[in-house]
Amino acid sequence: MPYLLPVFYGIVIVMVLPLLAGYIVLLERKVMADMQARLGPMRVGPHGLLQPIADALKLLIKEDIVPAKADKMIFLLAPLVSVTMALLAYAALPFGPVFQIADLDIGLLFILAISSLGVYGIVLGGWASNSHFSLLGAMRSAAQLVSYETAAGLALISALLLGGSLSMKSLVEAQDQAGAWFIFFAPCGFFIYLVASIAETNRAPFDLPEAESELVAGYMTEYSGFRWSLYFLAEYANMIVVAGIATTLFLGGWLRPFASFHGHVMGTPIEILDIFPALLFFAIGGYCFWRAPRQPVQIQKLVMVLVGGLFLVLAAVMFGSLFVPATMPGIHGAFWFLAKVLVYIYAFLWFRFTFPRYRFDQLMKLGWQFLIPLALTNVLGVGIAQILRQQLGWNAFAAFGLTLLGTIGVAAWLISLNDRRDRDRAAAAAAAAAAPAGGD
Amino acid sequence: MADTYIERMPGVSSTVLGADEIILNMGPQHPSTHGVLRVKLKLDGERVVDSECIIGYLHRGVEKIAEHRSYQQFAPYVDRMDYVAAVSNGLGYCEAVEKLLGAEAPPRARVVRTILTELQRIASHLVWLGTHALDIGALTPVFYCFREREEILKIFEKYCGARLTTHAFRIGGLQYETYDGLEEEVKRFCVDFEHKIDEYSTLLTENRIWVGRTKGVGKLSAEDAIALGVSGPVLRASGVPWDIRKAMPYAAYDQFKFEIPIAQSGDTYDRYIVRMEEMRQSRLICLQAIENIPVGPIMARIGKVLKPPPGEVYHSIEAPKGELGYYIVSDGSTQPYRVRVRPPSFINLQAFDRMARGSLVADVVAIIGTIDIVLGEVDR
Repeated sequence: MPYLLPVFYGIVIVMVLPLLAGYIVLLERKVMADMQARLGPMRVGPHGLLQPIADALKLLIKEDIVPAKADKMIFLLAPLVSVTMALLAYAALPFGPVFQIADLDIGLLFILAISSLGVYGIVLGGWASNSHFSLLGAMRSAAQLVSYETAAGLALISALLLGGSLSMKSLVEAQDQAGAWFIFFAPCGFFIYLVASIAETNRAPFDLPEAESELVAGYMTEYSGFRWSLYFLAEYANMIVVAGIATTLFLGGWLRPFASFHGHVMGTPIEILDIFPALLFFAIGGYCFWRAPRQPVQIQKLVMVLVGGLFLVLAAVMFGSLFVPATMPGIHGAFWFLAKVLVYIYAFLWFRFTFPRYRFDQLMKLGWQFLIPLALTNVLGVGIAQILRQQLGWNAFAAFGLTLLGTIGVAAWLISLNDRRDRDRAAAAAAAAAAPAGGD
Repeated sequence: MADTYIERMPGVSSTVLGADEIILNMGPQHPSTHGVLRVKLKLDGERVVDSECIIGYLHRGVEKIAEHRSYQQFAPYVDRMDYVAAVSNGLGYCEAVEKLLGAEAPPRARVVRTILTELQRIASHLVWLGTHALDIGALTPVFYCFREREEILKIFEKYCGARLTTHAFRIGGLQYETYDGLEEEVKRFCVDFEHKIDEYSTLLTENRIWVGRTKGVGKLSAEDAIALGVSGPVLRASGVPWDIRKAMPYAAYDQFKFEIPIAQSGDTYDRYIVRMEEMRQSRLICLQAIENIPVGPIMARIGKVLKPPPGEVYHSIEAPKGELGYYIVSDGSTQPYRVRVRPPSFINLQAFDRMARGSLVADVVAIIGTIDIVLGEVDR
């Protein structure tokens, strides 16, 4: 019987993930629309709530075109490699103290190893398409992933130093015991991982492999229909994976904010802060009911009522679980985990609509000349702080504050160094350009 | 595979490819070639070794059409060349024919023409800013830019009924009297627009990535720019203070105070700065002009049938993209013997190879964007 539960979790993840990815796309379009002074999808369902389902149906029935001179076998298999690796990484991701397929001792290592294999799908797909745009996209992707995995890995080491384990579960438990999330001990590590994870998932401003205005669609230029949507699914699944890693290592995983605050509702074992999720869902449900009569079409009113009902059911589940202590950590843990993942992904979206795209050489420079040295300094700083704290009995604030200041100082020095180098190089280039002109 | 593919492509590919080089064909269907420009790039890795622009996908024979239309009939056709700055095109053509006729538009018409043309300059620069930023990967400014452009198009629509291909002016003056409230609407737009430009500036001007992507990219020295015949903001960003509005004033530009923004280093960032400043200056011109629209007739007395005396004329104006010139030969009949257009985009596009060589693929789209081409005008 113990084998049945992980199998069940696995099936749930594979079934729910595409839907979740679809709704993250909807969220992305809505956030984008909000930032760009427009409405976004409004037609399919109330406020476009059914748009992901319509998109998925459309993608499924589209023609699957294979270019005439493509390497057919590899062309057909490459998206599967990407999406399989993206899904495999979920095996070790803890969505809560209960909802985890396998708590591997080397969980973090497993996720990093598996998710970096996903680039094979991109490189093979780009190569097999027999198109120069795809090839350039694939090459960029490979180079980018190799560079930024280093920075991301080094950033994660700072959390490992603090947690003392590679198991995802014990890392969260370590944060519970420490009384604060690791982001407060190693903010630089979190920042480096944030930047590197955007680059790793090929999101803007590091979306060079699929840079729309340059390479049309990069490695997926020649793909269409279902195979294209597999790449798309892999990209969004990877976003959730990196958000999950950041949440687990730096943002306290499934822990509730203020986990050490135990104010109880009078006379009951229920903690005040645990009521918050139920209230949130209740408010969203109520808002849906309030909006329902204002929808323009009958069917949209109906769908709005259904959505409102769904949120009320969720509110009831969150509230009911407070009275059944056995289910409480699992359900509330999953809520907090997903909430943090969504906040992290929101940051991704925000960056995407705010920043222009890096150029390839600038991307490499940022990775190798800034992030990696900074990540190394950060590891050193966290290590020193740990020694100060554990061996010399320093206060945590003093130890981590000191090393944080040191790391920020190094970051500032690196920026000024890079700027100066750029200026020197530009001056040298200008001098070289001027010299022959002056000669004749 | 490579042999047959390359043999079919003329020009760049006829040169021998090195072992590490590939030919990348961008366009005519590509998200950021601004229409149907086709650019062939010889790449070493991602570095551009050689480039060639292939144009003509939007050729409609506009100049030939002119030979079979009367002078008035041809006027709407010029709007279809630079279709994001139709008003400027119309102004150039009408003034050229007026020069040929020896007529002059009345003062009121000239000031109204100036106002609409400057609004059109702002609208054209807004399209440039939005698409240029989009090419470089900033997704958001384009929506803000088009929101403001919409206000300008509304003014055009109220004035002459059309938004894009306006045919706003007539030879000899204006067809329509200004509508009630034009002054207030232009004024409101200009006042609001000051904050709007600052908003775009906060998004881009000091953005590290934007500066990194544009500074030093697509450099064009002043000598090269002059040698290539480049004009407009591209020329001024290279440090040449040449603006026909000042050098050879037309319409009512001699009545207003404005400055010609120039920059020194001639890179993409400088062209961005110059165009942003030009929008501010256009706004100032509109504000001045709206206060002093003279009273009087709007149409010169030139008769219904235009028969210019035999002869030829060249008249150029400062269109948003550069010097827009019309060379018209008359044989004394009602139809022009020959019309030759000097389109700024076409000539500025010549500088592309100069700017792109040695840069990266990502810079190529930035350079296409910064030249600010409209293919309708390049191909005609």
